[in-house]
Amino acid sequence: MKLKHLLASAALTALATSAAAQTELSLWYHGAGSANAEEALVNQMVEEFNASQSDWRVVIETFPQLAYNDAVGAAALAGELPDILDVDGPVMPNWAWAGYMQPLGIDESILDGFLPGPIGRWNGEVYSVGLWDAAVAMTTRRSTLEDNGIRVPTIEEPWTKDEFDAALATLQATGDFDHALDLGMAWAGEWYPYAFSPFLQSFGGDIVDRETYQTAEGVLNGDEALAFGEWWQSLFENGYVPGTSQDAADRETGLLNGTYAIQWNGNWAALPVVEAFGDDALFLPAPDFGNGPVIGAASWQFGISATSEHPEGAREFIEFAMQDRWFAAFSDGTGLIPSTASAAAMTENYAPGGPLEVFYDLSEAQALVRPVTPGYIVQAKVFEKALADIANGADVADTLDAAVDEINEDIEANQGYGHN
Amino acid sequence: MATVTADNRGLRLATRYAVLILIAIIFIFPLLFMVMSSLKPSAQLLADTKSLRAFLPVGDLSFDNYTDAFVRAPIGLFVFNSVLVTGITVLFCIFVCSLAAFAFVFIDWGGKTIIFSILLATLIIPYETIFIPLLLMASQLPWIGAEGFEIGWLNSYRVQIVPFIADALSIFLFVQFFKDLPKELIEASRVEGASWWTIYRKVVMPLSGPVIATAAILKFLFMYNQYLWPLMVVQEEGIRPVMVGLGYFTDQLNVPWGEVMAYLTVITVPVLAFYLALQRVFIASVASTGVK
Repeated sequence: MKLKHLLASAALTALATSAAAQTELSLWYHGAGSANAEEALVNQMVEEFNASQSDWRVVIETFPQLAYNDAVGAAALAGELPDILDVDGPVMPNWAWAGYMQPLGIDESILDGFLPGPIGRWNGEVYSVGLWDAAVAMTTRRSTLEDNGIRVPTIEEPWTKDEFDAALATLQATGDFDHALDLGMAWAGEWYPYAFSPFLQSFGGDIVDRETYQTAEGVLNGDEALAFGEWWQSLFENGYVPGTSQDAADRETGLLNGTYAIQWNGNWAALPVVEAFGDDALFLPAPDFGNGPVIGAASWQFGISATSEHPEGAREFIEFAMQDRWFAAFSDGTGLIPSTASAAAMTENYAPGGPLEVFYDLSEAQALVRPVTPGYIVQAKVFEKALADIANGADVADTLDAAVDEINEDIEANQGYGHN
Repeated sequence: MATVTADNRGLRLATRYAVLILIAIIFIFPLLFMVMSSLKPSAQLLADTKSLRAFLPVGDLSFDNYTDAFVRAPIGLFVFNSVLVTGITVLFCIFVCSLAAFAFVFIDWGGKTIIFSILLATLIIPYETIFIPLLLMASQLPWIGAEGFEIGWLNSYRVQIVPFIADALSIFLFVQFFKDLPKELIEASRVEGASWWTIYRKVVMPLSGPVIATAAILKFLFMYNQYLWPLMVVQEEGIRPVMVGLGYFTDQLNVPWGEVMAYLTVITVPVLAFYLALQRVFIASVASTGVK
């Protein structure tokens, strides 16, 4: 009996010593209060990492998403950043430029087979990687299109601008719907650049010139952008889409209850559509407005803070997270798109033949990350305001010119944002 | 010239009450909307906003939003943190600010007029403009606690309390009130040999109920509604206050409005309780100090 006690004590001591030997790594995460399984999965991943090796112990602190970016900014000022940061893809260049983050320094071969969105690259170096991506699609019912003689587009052959316009006119003329199309105007903020700048890019314009990232002149107010602006305004003038005062409840239920014929919405809202419409549900690619169909990309990703004293530990954790089994688990838990095809095959929804498979294909075929520049966080706000103003009847050319001026002044005020 | 008769006196009274009831309804509507909405599913809640149904207990009512809200966020912890931080700050504020005001009003010392003017001038500086330097300062302050000497106050209760103990508005309120106290009381106490501390403790403060209530309520509301400062200085969930906790109910696109209303209803209870407890003295103080 004494021997048993001795052995048990020795085992406990060994465990305690092992735990004590682990160096603590702090991890900040944006998902506090998330209704889905995201927070629980992050916690599970951290626990498994801590148990899988004896060098590092990750301690997670979760923040509400609304407050997260401000909390990181304040912590950076005070020199209190954690070792591992969670960062929204389009925000990453700003944090890297501001000195909040350092390059990951991971073996980039582990990123082979990744969708483009989950890889956060800035000035030629990878600063962040994500376990998932998100995609948007034109969501509707097959019967709605077929009953009105509208062609069902494919990824290989999406609607052209003329086809899309004609489809909207046809659906609006039926009188069966309040609006032919729901763009989600009730969702302000990042939704605007994420969901609507792809239309501009498909017209041939952009928020900022991606060649240099030093000006928006000619891309946000060039001929292509003006054509986009006129088209955008016509959607509202013709009553095809609800305006900026759209009720959030209508956004949520409008397609399901027949208020809208088509809805521009993300994969996160797709399962209720499948449940409601079954085989009649359709998730269609973005129309091609002349320069190829485009959808937005990049979601939340992991990176290493610039002040981390243990980047090798942080790197080890991030590499641990970059496994198909985690991508699949997060996808099954949250509905988001796994970062690799091999992980997609392991999921309920994105596996071949799964109800949301098309979203993976859309991400692969049409995704374009938002402008990869530290100035994006300002440019996104300017773009959002310009689109809302045009939707509300503002002069297209004047509004886009003003947006260009504002973006250029910001770039100049920040000495070009450090682009190499 | 019109004469006041029994009839038109009644009419005036009725008119006055009608206006007062209307004003009361206007003020109570937001609270009513919040409570009623907290009992409805989000879809119904949003649909009801198009009509007076928003203020009525109609439709599919339940406490599900409360249940879900408590699952989503540690509401009890957030309320506890806010009440703790607010309560301690209010207590220290009343003590420190009344002492300062006492010195400005009753004790003669050189330069007090200039210093009081400078103090008043700080009223026009919004807190938000000094938060960055305050943050940098707080991150470098020394502290001796249970774990010994350390540098940095971030992630603590004290960083949420100490910077807000003294404030110009509270000192101003106490100064205004103290000025109206009979000087004879102070002079008589001095003649009797009372120390300044005794006069403060046994003469002035017992007469200052209304201004204490006013300063306490204003401070309570300011502290309880704190968002930006705790967001900047607190990273641990265990010491987060209620307003930062509100962020648990939003993400980039979706807001569970029913849960938001349930959360707001719960966190409003301490504010209402505090105000109701002090409202009589508060009203008396507003009348006497001219605070709007």
